[in-house]
Amino acid sequence: MSERASVPKDEEQADSESTVSDVATGAESVVAGLENAGVEHLFGVQGGAIMPVYDALYEHEEMEHITMAHEQGAAHAADAYGIVTGKPGVCLATSGPGATNLITGLADANMDSDPVIALTGQVPTDFVGNDAFQETDTIGVTQPVTKYNKFAEGPDTVGDSIGEAWALANEGRQGPTLVDLPKDVTQGETNISPGGPKTPDTYNPPTDADEVIVQEAADALAHAQRPAILAGGGVIKGEACEELRAFAREYEIPVVTTMPGTGAFPETDELSLGIAGMHGTGYGNLAISNCDVLLGIGTRFDDRLTGGIDTFAPDADIIHVDIDPAEISKNVEADYPLIGDAAVVIEQLDEALTQAPPADEWREQCQTWKEEYPLDYEMPEDEPLKPQYVVEKYDEVTDDDCIVAAGVGQHQMWAWQYWTWTEPRTWVTSHGLGTMGYAVPAAIGAKVAAPDQEVVAFDGDGSFLMTAQGLSVAVREGLNITIVVLNNEAVGMVRQWQDGFYEGRRMASEYPWIPEFDKLAEAFGAQGLRLEDPDEVEDTIQQAREYEGPTVIDAIIDPTENVYPMVPSGGDNARFALNEDHLEQL
Amino acid sequence: MTQGELPGPGPDERLLPKGRRNKQGIRIDPEAEAEHQPERALLSALVKHEPGVLAEVSGLFSRRQFNIESLTVGATIDEDFARMTIVIEEPRPGIDQAKKQLEKLIPVISVRELDRDAVQRELVIVKVNGTEPDKVNAITDMYNGETLDAGPRTITVQLTGDHEKIDNALDAYRQFGIREIARTGYSALARGEAATAKVSEPNQAPTDAQTATEEAADD
Repeated sequence: MSERASVPKDEEQADSESTVSDVATGAESVVAGLENAGVEHLFGVQGGAIMPVYDALYEHEEMEHITMAHEQGAAHAADAYGIVTGKPGVCLATSGPGATNLITGLADANMDSDPVIALTGQVPTDFVGNDAFQETDTIGVTQPVTKYNKFAEGPDTVGDSIGEAWALANEGRQGPTLVDLPKDVTQGETNISPGGPKTPDTYNPPTDADEVIVQEAADALAHAQRPAILAGGGVIKGEACEELRAFAREYEIPVVTTMPGTGAFPETDELSLGIAGMHGTGYGNLAISNCDVLLGIGTRFDDRLTGGIDTFAPDADIIHVDIDPAEISKNVEADYPLIGDAAVVIEQLDEALTQAPPADEWREQCQTWKEEYPLDYEMPEDEPLKPQYVVEKYDEVTDDDCIVAAGVGQHQMWAWQYWTWTEPRTWVTSHGLGTMGYAVPAAIGAKVAAPDQEVVAFDGDGSFLMTAQGLSVAVREGLNITIVVLNNEAVGMVRQWQDGFYEGRRMASEYPWIPEFDKLAEAFGAQGLRLEDPDEVEDTIQQAREYEGPTVIDAIIDPTENVYPMVPSGGDNARFALNEDHLEQL
Repeated sequence: MTQGELPGPGPDERLLPKGRRNKQGIRIDPEAEAEHQPERALLSALVKHEPGVLAEVSGLFSRRQFNIESLTVGATIDEDFARMTIVIEEPRPGIDQAKKQLEKLIPVISVRELDRDAVQRELVIVKVNGTEPDKVNAITDMYNGETLDAGPRTITVQLTGDHEKIDNALDAYRQFGIREIARTGYSALARGEAATAKVSEPNQAPTDAQTATEEAADD
């Protein structure tokens, strides 16, 4: 590599009293902005228009850059990093195709309110609008999928723009932000060092909810005979898990989690009713459907959770706690809107609540449902291998803080259902956008974020094929991760819908031929293991966990296995199907 | 046999809730369901005056399927801020949601729904056939309009007013043949001492003296 050839620092700059490293160019200001925010890792892909920023990173060894195989992977890795650490993950890409490749990852982060900051190169300002080489209107195309984006104005202010975007990704309702960096701005001279991360003065996320409504909500809860808590991803994002756990236990209120809220409340607790929604537990869905007061915290009541809105908790007064006012009464009308920070509002409710709800009978009812609707599966003597068994066995041998990543599809639902969740920030998947291919880059981002925690990814064969190139990154970085491909040689969830709702017409859902994933892994330099025999599950898992570096387990599972319980799209949560016959009755 | 079967009572053998919600997620009595009728609302937003804000706001309205009748944007006394006036037609829950979504955009400083009595005006430029200039001028006078251009074949006039007045004037001009019209959409301010924005604009007249200076500058 050659010596860095950039604009020499002038004397005035060298004399500057700035507390951060002195800057001479816009690109150095960008890096200083990241440094001020305490950024330690970046995920990205090089390219023409972003080169000045990479060049400025050359001297910053304290910031580790992970070169990804594809920009989509960079965005997903940053997203997973954000989920695991709670602080914005950083991704970089060049202009044009680099930036457009990020979009799926940004849209994913936007749906799940994951903190991510993306830095994209852009053609020089004078070329913008002329259809220059690798020019795309990145601000225009990312506007609908980011919380905030900004076209950098000049080398003097670009570092502050980075700090602002980082702070906006991090504060209030978290989400992805983007700064578009034209090459003349990053190459331009400046001697102004940026300040620390700071949101605009006009950005003031709420903290405390309205005291009057808090009292009214507490009164409703105190007299509820069938109360339930629905804990969403906002409980985890808002660092309110301790408050939630203490509150639910003190007042003995059953807790159901949404998919992003998984881990907010331990499923080992008697009050836990698992998860609700399309593939949620029977008891979780029955509790949500029949409750008379529902305390929803940090949830946006999305359609995969509610099923048909006409039948969603139709007998319940809804107390909705959210930091984003726009979520209140968006999908389900809130009888008691509590706009504020989850942890603060739970404390407020705790202070306002005079008694535990009189709900002995209800809790008994919930326990009865738990006994009636266990998540169970038939285990044959030998083959075929059941996917649920693989998930359960992996859960058995790992610690509570093991991070589980997943792609999107049947494998994701099995992982979600059959893993016993006890800790927040251990379930790393694509919720709202449903992005197949999320698992491999997410496992990379999660492992970089938490090198001391075990990371396993469950993936499907269809999902894995979308981002398998990320294995090259995992091998190069020497990451100890295991990717378990639950392989049924089909896009299984689509096939399940075709069988259930399209008279079994399996159009474009089955693969007549797919690669042998264990051998593919070996070609990448990873350990590849093939698993077919249920008796070998434990040994195979052990072999993967002992290996120094990434392992792919190609688990050939029962191709006829489907995901239940299931609430058909727009259906009644209480009338979930337990088998295909039920689906036909609905 | 289908796989993945789970044990437990079937859909018809369970405790099922009796209530229902409507499409807006509001609990209803199914016997007496009242649909929310669309209504017209006037929103005023104070926004940062920077590139891309108009695209961001109009993009928001289109991607969330809010029905807008007009959107105007213009500078305020502080060059860093612009004021948008948006006329929206939606059922009440949609109007509330539009306000909250708008307020959520980072460059949007404040959003307020203006009362019906807000001072609201639209400007229209109308080009009509000029064959009967006296009659055209009579209508222009009647609606307090102004003739901007008159030639042998066309007369172009300007009118300001509320929606109803402009519609009535256009009806009156129709007898001559209207060639083209351009309407601006509503601009509005809250009536009387009430502020149009929830927050003070940074350079908003704190004293009479300053107000006078700014008005002079505006002129």
